[in-house]
Amino acid sequence: MDNQEIQNQVFAIISEKLDKKVSEISEKLNKNVSEISLMNDLGADSLDSVELVMGLEEKFDISIEDEKVEELKTIGDIVSYISANITTKG
Amino acid sequence: MKRVVVTGLGIVSPLGNGIKRNWDSIKSHKSGLAKLGEGYDKIPSKVAGLVPVGSNEGEFNINDFMSSSEQRRNGLFISYAVSAATEAVKMANLDSIEDRERIGTCIASGIGGLPEICSTSNVFEKQKEEYGSKRISPFFIPSVLTNLAPGYVAIKFGCKGPNYGASSACASAANSIADSAMLIKEGHADIMIAGGAEAAICPLGVGGFAALRALSTSFNDRPEVASRPFDAGHDGFVIGEGAGVLVLESLDSALARNATIYGELLSYGMTCDASHITTPDGKQSERAMSFAIKMAGLNPEDIGYVNAHATSTPVGDKCEIGSIKSVFGDHVYSDKFALSSTKSYTGHLLGAAGGIESIYTILSLMNQHIPATLNVENPIEEISGINFVPKCQDHSFKYAISNSFGFGGTNTSLLFGAYSADKKS
Repeated sequence: MDNQEIQNQVFAIISEKLDKKVSEISEKLNKNVSEISLMNDLGADSLDSVELVMGLEEKFDISIEDEKVEELKTIGDIVSYISANITTKG
Repeated sequence: MKRVVVTGLGIVSPLGNGIKRNWDSIKSHKSGLAKLGEGYDKIPSKVAGLVPVGSNEGEFNINDFMSSSEQRRNGLFISYAVSAATEAVKMANLDSIEDRERIGTCIASGIGGLPEICSTSNVFEKQKEEYGSKRISPFFIPSVLTNLAPGYVAIKFGCKGPNYGASSACASAANSIADSAMLIKEGHADIMIAGGAEAAICPLGVGGFAALRALSTSFNDRPEVASRPFDAGHDGFVIGEGAGVLVLESLDSALARNATIYGELLSYGMTCDASHITTPDGKQSERAMSFAIKMAGLNPEDIGYVNAHATSTPVGDKCEIGSIKSVFGDHVYSDKFALSSTKSYTGHLLGAAGGIESIYTILSLMNQHIPATLNVENPIEEISGINFVPKCQDHSFKYAISNSFGFGGTNTSLLFGAYSADKKS
């Protein structure tokens, strides 16, 4: 799974869990998608973040430790974390 | 003493969404009961008062007031509370009020998010060995807590006054309405969004009431006649769901902002049998009504209509008629008095019952027209000589009582009056 594919799936999960379209927000804020902040730009609160992480864990079959969750502040952080931790099964 | 009036009404019930749809159904003697679908095969009661869902006029459509992510994060009972509150807030024109600290919310649920507890538990039991708590949604607890109905309504409408629900089983909404009036009289708020919401129709909820032998089981093929208070064939209640919400307001506040006044909540009586968890005693429901009448400065003969708690259980229906006879004496046999149970239309909405029934009572006062008790083909002996309203009828009256009794022996009577500028004219 390449980064583009991971990113698309992350967008889909954000759209499902937070009711937000990342591409629209990126256009509106004139910001690169990888710099979009979960809290500041997508309005996610602490409960939203927990739900988002659950969605990511299920989708990518990974486990994200609570301490790590706090470091995932932007879409870019999420995509790089997943690409580094995903088991490459082709 | 401050007077408390009604300036808004909102409802979602088995008869549909909205005041108009509900009152039209009442007037046309239309039952809101239906057959339960899959999952209830081995449960002896297979009928329920389900809220009609859809996008047509008068149907409940959650998309009208909650985004899809909000929907996943709220129990169904919370959605019903928000729906009913939305209508009531609009009717009372509360959006135009600037000081939100004077608006409170007291909406109760008897049971809370039972279907959501069940579905979460089912998944959790299968996954807990592998995942522990990792797959439990962070929104699980807030979606099932009873007080998140008033909590969510307050967030939606920015109501910063008192916020809770008074949970007392099937009297919950009535107690929340009484509490709201007391909060207004005590000066904690000028306006209270008050009532109840319930959505406990799921196999465990229906099964649980079936285990108590509380539900109707003889009319599974004819759901529209299953709820039949005062009929000799009454064999248990039919579970229902929905929400009924009133906007209560101090008369001064309502007059100051030129609000339309739909009725007045004059008083209430609250008692407990202190005898048995499920079997009613009668003496104390009698005292709840008498207390309310006395507090309003009225006599029993002033009450023209009682919207009965009568759920269609043989023990409960008879017990309530006995209490009513004790309170009203010969007045029950006069043509100035009428008694009906709107549960014959909706089934029993448990913690929301007192909310929707207060609304039906106020609509009756406004329209001088009373709802029927449906399905009384063979009246029980106890009701003989009393007008139980076999067909909806015009009726001239100023004051009415709505009764709500609950497991635990709790009894609450609310006394409403048609609004008149002169006190107790």
